[in-house]
Amino acid sequence: MISVQTEDFDVAAEYAALRDSGGGTGAIATFTGLVRDSGDLRGVTGLFLEHYPGMTEQVIQGLIDDASKHWNVRKARVIHRVGRLALCDQIVFVGVCSAHRGDAFSACEFIMDALKTSAPFWKKEISADKEHWVEQKESDLARYKDWK
Amino acid sequence: MSENTITVRFFARLREDLKTDQLAVEARPGLTAEDVLSDLASQGGPWAQLTGDQPVMIAINQAMAKPGAELNAGDELAFFPPVTGG
Repeated sequence: MISVQTEDFDVAAEYAALRDSGGGTGAIATFTGLVRDSGDLRGVTGLFLEHYPGMTEQVIQGLIDDASKHWNVRKARVIHRVGRLALCDQIVFVGVCSAHRGDAFSACEFIMDALKTSAPFWKKEISADKEHWVEQKESDLARYKDWK
Repeated sequence: MSENTITVRFFARLREDLKTDQLAVEARPGLTAEDVLSDLASQGGPWAQLTGDQPVMIAINQAMAKPGAELNAGDELAFFPPVTGG
């Protein structure tokens, strides 16, 4: 299930929902991304996140489908927030429920790496005196390429 | 939108720089995404960046597309900077 939303999310509730998926589940891996105080700018006080409604959800569903072809994925959950976020706020959640830990770790990391370089979200950093649209990082592209 | 148009959408830095989130262009046979970029860039000012040094990503009907992809009336074309979510 995929949600793009302005509201915060509750990791414990998401974990519980992933866990409730029958006796074949042996592992759950989750990742949560937070707003950090330094990126392209120093002294970041918040972010503004924009997305392309419709396309974003389709791209993420494609990534979950890809992950499911490579690893055992019993259930996957992606939440990405948009709009104005403050320092330390939660931005993104990826959770994967699988039979085995290796599959859970890999699928979770793949979905996150792929999301960063292919899902249409854009992040603007906000500091006390500046606003700056974040540039795509070579290191993020390299991480995604490593999966291919 | 009339039936013979293509909707063009802009996101993030492009949306802000161009002060436009959406416009319509007339469809014509053989029109490509690259043609629309060149036509818009020829207006000059902030529009010139559409064919400048910074990469512009292209989506047609909400799927990534190449510059040479042909457009049809009713299509939704989108231009945006490389993505930076997560």
